[in-house]
Amino acid sequence: MGFIDELLSSVVGREVSPGEVVVVDVDVVYAHDGTAPLVVDVVERELSLEKLEAACRTYFFIDHLAPAPHVAAASVHGKMREFCRKHGIRLYDVGNGICHQVVVDEGIVRSGMVVMGADSHTPTVGALGVYALGVGSTDAAIAMAYGKQWVRVPPTVKVTLTGRPEPGVMSKDVILNVIGELGTDGTMGKVVEFHGSTLKFFSMDSRFTLTNMSVEMGSESAVIPVDELTEQWIKARGLTLHRLIDYNPSKSPFVDEIVFEVGDMEPVVAAPPDVDNVVAVSEIEGEEVDQVFIGSCTNGRLEDIEVAARILRGGRVSKGVRCIISPASRLVYTEALKRGYLRTLAEAGCIIAPPTCGPCVGGHMGILAEGEVAIATTNRNFPGRMGHRDSKVYLASPATAAATALKGSLTDPREYLRGWWT
Amino acid sequence: MIRGKCWKLEDNVSTDHIISGKYKFGAIDSLDAMVPHVLEEVIPDFYKKVRKGDVIVAGRNFGKGSSREQAPRLLKMVGVSAVVAKSFSHIFFRNAINVGLLVVVAQKVPDVSETGDTVEVDPEGGVVRNVTKGVEETVNALPSEVTAILKAGGIVEYIKNHGAPPWLKGTE
Ligand code: SF4
Repeated sequence: MGFIDELLSSVVGREVSPGEVVVVDVDVVYAHDGTAPLVVDVVERELSLEKLEAACRTYFFIDHLAPAPHVAAASVHGKMREFCRKHGIRLYDVGNGICHQVVVDEGIVRSGMVVMGADSHTPTVGALGVYALGVGSTDAAIAMAYGKQWVRVPPTVKVTLTGRPEPGVMSKDVILNVIGELGTDGTMGKVVEFHGSTLKFFSMDSRFTLTNMSVEMGSESAVIPVDELTEQWIKARGLTLHRLIDYNPSKSPFVDEIVFEVGDMEPVVAAPPDVDNVVAVSEIEGEEVDQVFIGSCTNGRLEDIEVAARILRGGRVSKGVRCIISPASRLVYTEALKRGYLRTLAEAGCIIAPPTCGPCVGGHMGILAEGEVAIATTNRNFPGRMGHRDSKVYLASPATAAATALKGSLTDPREYLRGWWT
Repeated sequence: MIRGKCWKLEDNVSTDHIISGKYKFGAIDSLDAMVPHVLEEVIPDFYKKVRKGDVIVAGRNFGKGSSREQAPRLLKMVGVSAVVAKSFSHIFFRNAINVGLLVVVAQKVPDVSETGDTVEVDPEGGVVRNVTKGVEETVNALPSEVTAILKAGGIVEYIKNHGAPPWLKGTE
């Protein structure tokens, strides 16, 4: 059994197997200003519910358009605030950060939980050993209303990452390499469970990037079983496990096992128009960019800001390039401030934005015009994702993005990072 | 049994193709206002061309991408009665059932279908047919809870009629 089967068996109280449909108690359910308006409609207008059974396990986030760039967004935010007041729901308002980051920063999501988020990148939190399912607004509303939902126990694919990544090769490069190999529907309908010696070189920050991006190969969810590093991370934050899962992967009949040799991997980008269009940076060096975006639930964490600051320290963002930095949460922001990273970046000519999804989803704070080219540390490069349908987005690690900001064209970051990890 | 005209789409039709995120996050924020933009980048003016009861037949990974439930809601609003595809993203699949849009996984029919063909879907009998091409395929029948939700017109209607979701009763 995969980790998720064990987790769901422990939740349901009997042994479950892939394919089975089971009803589970949902430990945490959340929605943001992209999906919450429809949750509010379903609860109030469509179902006319007065009370939400799981209000105390429900969280709302204003992160997609934060602060509000126009009246329509402001009205949506107002509606969310009122709904939260009425139902006693905890709201993380403008400035707190992106939902998938805040739920782990704040200890809302903890190892062993069943989590539903009205957002497709909810599996990000699977890096903590959680069953995290992205759902739509109605599913989220029903989880809030009844505290329960149905799930189909998913089959699990084991992805083993072996070897030590070269300096300048970040977890973003590793997962892009994997997606390039497996394709955007490579793990459709399955949970990806990560294993292998590479994991011990990856911090929790790096690990969240792996699970976040797994969504882009069709995974229903992604998980990293709890190990020593997870436990240290939890302890350091004064938190505890929610549920202890007794798990032995050597006994697991996975539907598939795929091994990747990480030591051979290079920094890569996903070139438009899709995430599996993966090319080594060294092969397309020189493609000029108009905008660099470092942020999002994929790569807006402290380690990401740190590597950008290291590369840009003492340098200058290339003329004609806009380099936008948005830490994923207030915690990341204040920590990056204390450590001087934001100052370094601002002095290098970067634009320091508040925590927001904004540019990632073409919402605000960095929308691309027709024909413009961007490099972004986000997770989707579909046509029009960050603005005009004829703009281009290259997905990359924060190291590659920062090196590109310096040079003004796609740049392999390795020359800037020699010896950093040794 | 559903019978309608086929609109053939390729693999990897994302929720962004169905309704672009820039509408969801832009000044257009009501479903009605989004209608003219449904699938616009794949089939211009789809909302004018589609007739009530038409069926979308697509390849792999239909509905990939964001969790936006506006996607199946809008397809239903413009008259699409079912989506037949080789595979669906799990979020789109759940969302479609919740909003009462029939979703069926099939392999042969997507291979032979072209826009304009007549397609039949019998969810309870577990059959999908391309009448024009004379190709019939057996598919997995949907679980009874799901059929009940679809028959009611979506989970909201089901709850209004029965007081709770169909799967909740068996667990108490
Ligand atoms: S940062 Fe981008 S991918 Fe992440 S939740 Fe926000 S919009 Fe979605």
